[in-house]
Amino acid sequence: MKARVTVTLKTGVLDPQGKAIEGALHSLGIEGVASVRQGKVFDIEVEGSDPEAAKVALAAASEKLLANTVVENYRVEIL
Amino acid sequence: MKAAIVLFPGSNREGDAARALRQAGADTSIVWHDDPDLPDRTDLVVLPGGFSYGDYLRCGAIAGRAKVMDAVRAHAARGGYVLGICNGFQILCESGLLPGVLMRNRDLRFVCKRQFLRVERNDTVFTRAYARHQAIDVAIAHGEGNYEAHDETIRALEDQGRIAFRYCDAEGIVGGDANPNGSTHDIAGIYSEKFNVLGMMPHPENLIDPLVGGIDGRGLFESLVAA
Repeated sequence: MKARVTVTLKTGVLDPQGKAIEGALHSLGIEGVASVRQGKVFDIEVEGSDPEAAKVALAAASEKLLANTVVENYRVEIL
Repeated sequence: MKAAIVLFPGSNREGDAARALRQAGADTSIVWHDDPDLPDRTDLVVLPGGFSYGDYLRCGAIAGRAKVMDAVRAHAARGGYVLGICNGFQILCESGLLPGVLMRNRDLRFVCKRQFLRVERNDTVFTRAYARHQAIDVAIAHGEGNYEAHDETIRALEDQGRIAFRYCDAEGIVGGDANPNGSTHDIAGIYSEKFNVLGMMPHPENLIDPLVGGIDGRGLFESLVAA
């Protein structure tokens, strides 16, 4: 079973990397980019076939390691 | 004073920390991150600077969950002293021993230079050899030193007097251009609630020898050894 955990910065947290990427996109002449926030994606192969159990396990994984919940949100998807 | 310096894969300031501690009169030993225990009668645990686990995931994130950190948490809970410098500060935040997080520097640059800090209080085991509000000349070398925390956490740190050091200029004027990384309230280091854990981004261990141009870092280690 494939799962994906997406970690994003919380609203209001300064994201200098996102700002730099935003600036680079503007300098490349790409139109219509209002703002960029950078995050992380984890593609995870989960053993077993119970999607609810996988969601619980990956939420724990996110809380304990994948995200720093002081500044980051996370989302777990079973693909 | 028995000091245990924890070595993670990617630590690189353990030798500097050991030298500063020995100069101040401490016995030092190196503890591997995978050890479940600290040496008997350890008074002080030092998490040195470096790039543990290559800064993968987030700075200090993987080291903060290393086996030895359970022993470090137990040591801190018993009132034992813990000092985290640079990557060690990041590890303390990731391990839950200190609140908040160290984010990328405001201007995205790795900053490596001499830096003045204002000693916020001199009644802790880490700072007794300094004067209150003394501006000390040490060094910084980091890309992620921009301290951030929830507003209520920052308020609690301020109200409880848990800011250890703030970035300042040579005259001790805090903030403005003297803040090298955008850190909230110019915070360079913070204490735990019981003041036995200190995390700081700057490197006092690199300014202990006149050969490198200054000895303002000595006070921190001399304070600890006298504790």
